[in-house]
Parts: sequence; structure tokens; C-alpha cells
Amino acid sequence: MSEIKATTVPVSAASADISQRYYAVEHHPENGTLLGFWIYLMSDCLIFACLFATYAVLGRNYAGGPSGAEIFDLPTVALNTAFLLFSSITYGFAMLAAQRKNVRATQVWLAITGLFGLCFLFLELQEFHHLILEGNGPWRSGFLTAFFSLVGTHGLHVTFGIVWLVTLMFQVGKHGVTGANYRRLACLSMFWHFLDVIWIGVFTFVYLMGVLP
Amino acid sequence: MSQTHNAHGHDHGHGHGVDHDDHLEAHGSMKDYMIGFVLSVILTAIPFWLVMTHQLAPGTTKFVIIGFAAVQFIVHMVYFLHMNSKSEGGWNMMAMLLTIILLFIVLTGSIWVMYHMNANMMPNMSNDGGSVHGMHDMQ
Repeated sequence: MSEIKATTVPVSAASADISQRYYAVEHHPENGTLLGFWIYLMSDCLIFACLFATYAVLGRNYAGGPSGAEIFDLPTVALNTAFLLFSSITYGFAMLAAQRKNVRATQVWLAITGLFGLCFLFLELQEFHHLILEGNGPWRSGFLTAFFSLVGTHGLHVTFGIVWLVTLMFQVGKHGVTGANYRRLACLSMFWHFLDVIWIGVFTFVYLMGVLP
Repeated sequence: MSQTHNAHGHDHGHGHGVDHDDHLEAHGSMKDYMIGFVLSVILTAIPFWLVMTHQLAPGTTKFVIIGFAAVQFIVHMVYFLHMNSKSEGGWNMMAMLLTIILLFIVLTGSIWVMYHMNANMMPNMSNDGGSVHGMHDMQ
């Protein structure tokens, strides 16, 4: 009897020691969700890095097809860039309204942001449609494959950003700007501004440098 | 300086915690967003203007617009994404630095390797009668 006790005591002492070491002492950031979402965005950034690298390698392989200077319409791209930039600032206003817990203003600014996003998507899809109608689809050359992959992936992100944005408009309308909803708005804020950052790379490296001789 | 700022921030946060049951952490101010927006507009307009009106030689323009993109990237990070060395206990910054290192490896590695591979392939491939039209354009 005493022998069993003698063996169990050190074991339980050891496990107590382990639990203390692994569960009690660790420090966690205050709000883990935002850090986790940031790390997702960084992984997304690597996807775009691969697409940019592909474009850098294939971007001048025209295979007898059109070059960037022949198919890019810079005024349209400038307008698209303006749409995204305006949507960034209006999302900022939505966040400021959410900080004041003003449900109505948050929804209105979100709606304006979504409209700018839709304008951006409309112009981009029109550009794609135009290119494909002229026979310059992604199958035409290495350059166009890389172009459609990179710009299309960005457009897909904007599309899902708008779906998320509409979802949050209903969430905020139904439950108000609660702690959970504010956290979601903060995550979408990072997502939306991140897409604008990617667009800086797209208009600089694809469009502007594409039309340079 | 930073110590007093920290102490102030702590007091402020504590006061909020008492006032509201769910404390909303501030994500930027009106001033931050406006500064970021105005800077972004300027840093976007100039590269477009340079390219569309052919102000500079193409080689120079290339470097100048990359410079503007780099500055605008930092502006967006600071004023829109509120990046600083303290957010999330510094882990945001750490994750971003790691990503930038990986990004640098992926981009420079791909461009470097593919450029050299292309340079080595060229003499034989161009003898095939131009079946790889456009490849010589690659840089």
C-alpha cells in the first residue's frame, strides 16, 4: 500500500509540473483573431508573390500575340485604381462609424465601399470580356496566361470581399456593432486594404510597366 | 517619452474597460485615414502621369514608378493597415518581415534563375527557325 503511494506521488507531482509549464505560463496576445487573420493575409501574399513571379518570367512571351502596350487602356486602369482607393477610404469611414457604434452610418459607408468594389469589378470584367472577344484570352500566349491569372485572382478576392461586406452589413443591422461584429469588421478592413496594396503592385508592374517599351 | 505614452495608453484603455462592457479597440483615426488617402492619391497620380505623358526615358520611368510603388506600400501599411512594431505584441511585424523575406526569395529567385536559363538556351533555340518567337524579349 505504502509502496503504491510512493510511486503515485512523484508521477502526479511531475504532471502538475508539466501542466504548469505548458498551460499556465504562456502569454497570449489580447486578440488572437486579428493576428491569425493577419497570418492568413501573409499566406495570401505568398500566393500573389508566386503569381507576380510567374508574370515577371512570362510577361514578355507574346508568342506572336499582342503585347501589353497594344491591349492595356491606361485611362480605364487609372479609373479602376481610383475606385479601389476611394473604397479604401470609405471603408476607413465605416470603421470610424463602427467605433462610435453608429449602426446606420456603418451600413451606409459599407454600402458605398461595396458600390466602389462593384464598379471596379465591372470595369475589370469588361476588360476581360473585350480581350476574350478579340481572341486574346488566357490561351493566346504566356503573357496573357500570366496576366489573367494574376489580375483574375485579385478580382476573385475583391468578389469574395464584397460578399463578406454584404454579409456584415446584415450582421450589423441585425445585432448592432457588438464586440464580435467589430472584430469581423476589423478583419474585413485588413482584407480590403490588403487588396488595395496588391493592386499597387498590379498597376505598377503589370499595367504601367507593360506599356513602357 | 515612450514610457509616459505607454502609461497613458494603459490608463485610457482601463478607463474604457470600466465604461463599456465590450471595449472596441481603435483602428485608426480620421486624421490617419485622410493623410493615408491624400498621400496615396498623390503617389498613384504621379506614376500614371509619368507613363501616360512620356515625361522621362522608359528606363528611368521604370525605376521611378517602382520607387513610388514602394513608398505607397509603406503608406498603406502605416495609415490603412495601422502597422507598427507594437500591434499584436510585435507578432504582426514579425509575420510581415518573414513574408517579405519569402517574397524576396520567390521573386528574385524566379527571375534570376529563369533569366539565366533563357540566356543559356538562346543560341540553340534561335537556330530552330524562330519557333520561340518573343523569347528573346524576356528579361
